[in-house]
Amino acid sequence: MLKIKNLHASVEDKAILRGIDLHVKPGEVHAIMGPNGSGKSTLASVVAGKEEYEVDSGEIILDGENINELGPEERAHKGIFLSFQYPVEIPGVSVTNFVKTAINETRKAKGLEDMPANEMLKLIREKSELLEIDRKFLSRSLNEGFSGGEKKRNEIFQMAMLEPKLAILDETDSGLDIDALRIVANGVNKLKSKDNAVIVITHYQRLLDYIIPDYVHVLHNGRIVKTGNKELAHELEAKGYDWVKEEVNA
Amino acid sequence: MSKYTEDDLREELKTKEYEYGFYTDIESDTFPNGLNEDVVRAISRKKEEPEWMTEWRLEAFKAWKEMVEPEWANVNYEKPNFQAISYYSAPNSKPKYNSLDEVDPELLATFDKLGISLDEQKKLAGVAMDVVVDSVSVATTFKETLAEKGIIFMSISEAIHKHPELVKKYIGTVVPQKDNFYAALNSAVFSDGSFCYIPKGVKCPMELSTYFRINQAGTGQFERTLVIADEGSYVSYLEGCTAPSRDENQLHAAVVELIALDNAEIKYSTVQNWYPGNSEGKGGVYNFVTKRGLCETNAKISWTQVETGSAVTWKYPSCVLKGDNSVGEFYSIAVTNNFQQADTGTKMVHLGNNTKSTIISKGISAGKSQNSYRGLVQISPRAKNARNFSQCDSLLMGNECGAHTFPYIEAKNKTAQIEHEATTSKIGEDQIFYCNQRGIDTEKAIALIVNGFSKEVLNKLPMEFAVEAQKLLEISLEGSVG
Repeated sequence: MLKIKNLHASVEDKAILRGIDLHVKPGEVHAIMGPNGSGKSTLASVVAGKEEYEVDSGEIILDGENINELGPEERAHKGIFLSFQYPVEIPGVSVTNFVKTAINETRKAKGLEDMPANEMLKLIREKSELLEIDRKFLSRSLNEGFSGGEKKRNEIFQMAMLEPKLAILDETDSGLDIDALRIVANGVNKLKSKDNAVIVITHYQRLLDYIIPDYVHVLHNGRIVKTGNKELAHELEAKGYDWVKEEVNA
Repeated sequence: MSKYTEDDLREELKTKEYEYGFYTDIESDTFPNGLNEDVVRAISRKKEEPEWMTEWRLEAFKAWKEMVEPEWANVNYEKPNFQAISYYSAPNSKPKYNSLDEVDPELLATFDKLGISLDEQKKLAGVAMDVVVDSVSVATTFKETLAEKGIIFMSISEAIHKHPELVKKYIGTVVPQKDNFYAALNSAVFSDGSFCYIPKGVKCPMELSTYFRINQAGTGQFERTLVIADEGSYVSYLEGCTAPSRDENQLHAAVVELIALDNAEIKYSTVQNWYPGNSEGKGGVYNFVTKRGLCETNAKISWTQVETGSAVTWKYPSCVLKGDNSVGEFYSIAVTNNFQQADTGTKMVHLGNNTKSTIISKGISAGKSQNSYRGLVQISPRAKNARNFSQCDSLLMGNECGAHTFPYIEAKNKTAQIEHEATTSKIGEDQIFYCNQRGIDTEKAIALIVNGFSKEVLNKLPMEFAVEAQKLLEISLEGSVG
């Protein structure tokens, strides 16, 4: 589904990604871990197409198509979803209105008519129940005055509504207490299927107790320096990142 | 509201230039340029006005001659040469029409382009329209329905003939002839406008609507509107404006007076979309308007405006809260793009006890435009327990525009409660990227953010107007992100 080949990227002439190779197949869950500043969030932004990031070399391939030159909305239309670490506020725009616009814009890009209102309502009802979201929450302004947990749950709600092929969860666990973490993780698990894939970016392994990864990659200085299964995450939790760094430097 | 789909919007967004920039070729009866006493008399004669009206105009003209154009507003423009303007222009086909078939087809075509064909409007919204094209009313519909309730809705010229006692009693009582430079000019030369009277206890069953349109090259437009809501009555009045694109600047100096007698309520909504000039700042309408309402006991006046057009706007719809327990409201969205300049706001003058006013102003600046809010809240020494709440929010797009807030508060009674809130925000790249990531392109993202920002005001507009206003917001801000 997603192939990243020798990807180098920089922001304001500062090289951050220095040769990433990653291959994600449908149905897989990949975790990307690593210390602060290793380039985890940059990788998420670059795949999503954030303009401040310059791809210096390498390729991002989605379903066989090089998407390096596509704008962020075009990538979204192709099924890439990024759950933001810090979701932004849009005052006066309700969660429902926002999601409705997102869905219809994506449909428009595919040459489809707007989703009929009754279908939209049904979908909203279904997905909000799945994620245990209070309907009142949906009429609030997007992320305005939301708690950390609400923001993250809202991200996963949007993901549920948009049904992406590839979801990238950027530090979705940060700022969540254990109950919120469980709800969010359960949501992700319920949405998982053999046709879609998830990349979980996280600093800690605790989220990986709930979303079980098939692969764990360790990012350091803009490269994937180690790949393993979920045991690697436990090892990192117990021993920290220093031993990986030492291994790399050795 | 549901009829307007994304596809309609997409179609509209294809037209980047000002879409109402066309010119209707209707033969006109136009005065030569220039202004003096004779011209004022000639206008009055042309309209077959009674002598008191002629005298009233001349009084205004004398005052105007002694006045100077105000310079305190935060706008820069080349002052109009008032001697280079023609002060009267009326479509030649003057007679009133009983049905649309009789109306000049060119004119109907104009309405079609504006998407406000009378026929459709009549059916869709049940709106009675008093259409003003270049100063003279050419069509009035739904008059009979209104007449049954005793509601008078006609051009002000007609009202001067048919209801002189009402006009004479109220004209100039809220905006006196000498109120300000432009009001004085208007009082001297006003060509036409609308008149509305709602009798005691009557709730007007439909939204009253007037579409103004500047149409003749080089003519200024001086509209005069007078709305009187008698005791315990209610009316919602809509005013919408579009003008064809033109190179030389066009002057518009209107006066609107509202009178809400005891227990009456007037809701006055405006969508203003005059030609703002091109992207280099050439051309565009100068919009210097005086709007004011007077509230007697327990009366209420709400001004709601969506201002997206004009090169220069100078406009402060105000309320004089004379009666006890009266209420004044001002809800405004002002959008400026390219080289537009707007200095707009309100005055809330609290004279009665327990008077209340609310001001919600949303300014959106893009391009190289300048957008100023200017507001005065005045509590007189005798007004006990007056309350005001003001909220002024500014939204900036890009780094070359300006947003300014000039709130003035004069509280001369210790029991007054006044609150003022102001915020300034910028549409952030993070917000845009967030929307993009959800599949919403940048143009649509801005429309979404701007609509969200303006929601409190958009919600105050009547439904059919709200749709038009939303479209206008999106069209006005096209191409403002680079």
